[in-house]
Amino acid sequence: MINASLNQLGAALAAKKISSVELTQLYLNRIATHNPVYNAYLTVDAKTSLAQAAAADSLLSSGNAGPLTGIPIAQKDIFCAKGWRTTCGSKMLADFIAPYDAHVIEQFNRAGAINLGKTNMDEFAMGSSNETSYFGAVRNPWNQKAVPGGSSGGAASAVAARLCAAATGTDTGGSIRQPAALCGITGIKPTYGTVSRYGMIAFASSLDQAGPMAKSAEDCALMLNVMTGFDERDSTSLQREKEDYTRDLHLPLTGLRIGLPREFFTEGLSSDVGARVQEAIAEYRKLGATIVGISLPNTRLAVPVYYVLAPAEASSNLSRFDGVRYGHRADEYTDLADMYEKSRAQGFGEEVKRRIMIGTYVLSHGYYDAYYLQAQKIRRLIAQDFTDAFAHCDVIMGPTSPSTAFNLGEKGDDPVQMYLSDIYTIAVNLAGLPGMSIPCGFGASGTMPVGLQIIGNYFEEARMLNVAHQYQLATDWHTRAPQGL
Amino acid sequence: MSLSTADVQKVARLARLAMNDTEIEAARTQLSGIFELIAEMQAVDTTGIAPMSHAQDLSQRLREDKVTESNQRELFQSIAPQVEAGLYLVPQVIE
Repeated sequence: MINASLNQLGAALAAKKISSVELTQLYLNRIATHNPVYNAYLTVDAKTSLAQAAAADSLLSSGNAGPLTGIPIAQKDIFCAKGWRTTCGSKMLADFIAPYDAHVIEQFNRAGAINLGKTNMDEFAMGSSNETSYFGAVRNPWNQKAVPGGSSGGAASAVAARLCAAATGTDTGGSIRQPAALCGITGIKPTYGTVSRYGMIAFASSLDQAGPMAKSAEDCALMLNVMTGFDERDSTSLQREKEDYTRDLHLPLTGLRIGLPREFFTEGLSSDVGARVQEAIAEYRKLGATIVGISLPNTRLAVPVYYVLAPAEASSNLSRFDGVRYGHRADEYTDLADMYEKSRAQGFGEEVKRRIMIGTYVLSHGYYDAYYLQAQKIRRLIAQDFTDAFAHCDVIMGPTSPSTAFNLGEKGDDPVQMYLSDIYTIAVNLAGLPGMSIPCGFGASGTMPVGLQIIGNYFEEARMLNVAHQYQLATDWHTRAPQGL
Repeated sequence: MSLSTADVQKVARLARLAMNDTEIEAARTQLSGIFELIAEMQAVDTTGIAPMSHAQDLSQRLREDKVTESNQRELFQSIAPQVEAGLYLVPQVIE
């Protein structure tokens, strides 16, 4: 049951082979057994989850079920869920009980899905290893000494360890795709504006986008069907017709043009990851695709540009945490300014403070043109690179991450090394394009998963999911699960 | 690029983050490293390039100027650090 696809689970629920209460209990039991090791969940509320499951069983009995009705989903702890503790991985929100539901949570509730719990994450989604969480690091189910990636590391670990049927994540610079790659699962960040950001705690608003993390592209398509849709409460939510992301899964790939950016296969890419990606490309040739050499000349600038723009937006977004209306307040202070400064110094961790300071600096008087404006101009050059490339290909492929999962503590002291681990994912957020990662084999002597990144043009999610699904029909990397689970 | 101690102190104050001398020095070293990475941008000629402020080149939607939120003061104040008589309490700022 724990390896079943969402469609298989839906069929089992519909046929009464298992009830949603039984399925939810099965996952709760697995969480109780394994979460002390993996630390993938920050909050589990069995009573609430089982009550939702009982309600879902009624819906199933009355014949009013949708594809995800009764299916237990793990929610990243960045989404406000009414009555649930919502921490965003921070001491600042350690006791914050969300007073309302995020749009994503509403959508899953409406679909009759079960909220199985809130998953661990890097603090305020700032990190690539899940080590910045106030609540401790998450462990990678493929190797407990290794990081799961970040920031959606709890979600990736939970899916890989089969502690949920599927999960949600968010991706500002690679936070869905990189942990998906490092944990051997499938994840997609859709086009910016496709999933509402309402109730999703803001990091960098012009880049943040939510998406699903699951065992397969088919599962991701079903999840995306629930998560997407116009929401007037997010001013950047796009008014578009609701799509069925499963509609093109079955299409053959004959004639597909795959662009390989030469900048993704240069120094810095570890040889095992490069080899697995090339093998995946060879498999795509067999499936009827043709390969086109392309160039994304401004790739190397994506990291510096991101580390101006994202911290700038973060410094503004996180100014709301002042110890007045909600969140941590220092016990002792002398006056209002002292209260702000102490509350924020105590409530935020090192990485978050670092990024607030970068952002504050680049936006401060006299530096705006040199940093923020220059970064915005290069952002356009980076986006234009993709537009030019898509004139010659349908999708772009390459590695998701330069290496397999690194060990806990390995990059802890050097923020720049950590930042560079997102070199292949960040440009996609800057351009606002959809990107995904699928498992394509194992590196590090065959022990750790490697992710293949698929980048599509704007609103091409259905095509990308088709491209991923056809590969998953021809290969079985996505079905591999860690030992001992 | 190397930041001075005074630069970091100024930024910490603007960001409302209390930091002691040890933390300021640690931040100075790390921020200097990050700004070295960021400095790679400066060599790029961006003359005539329009800044891209957002992933969508769309103007923001407008809505009617009417109240859409219901009053949930009690719910919202139930998670506040300190409230009294429906008001958020902060240290006195006016003598």
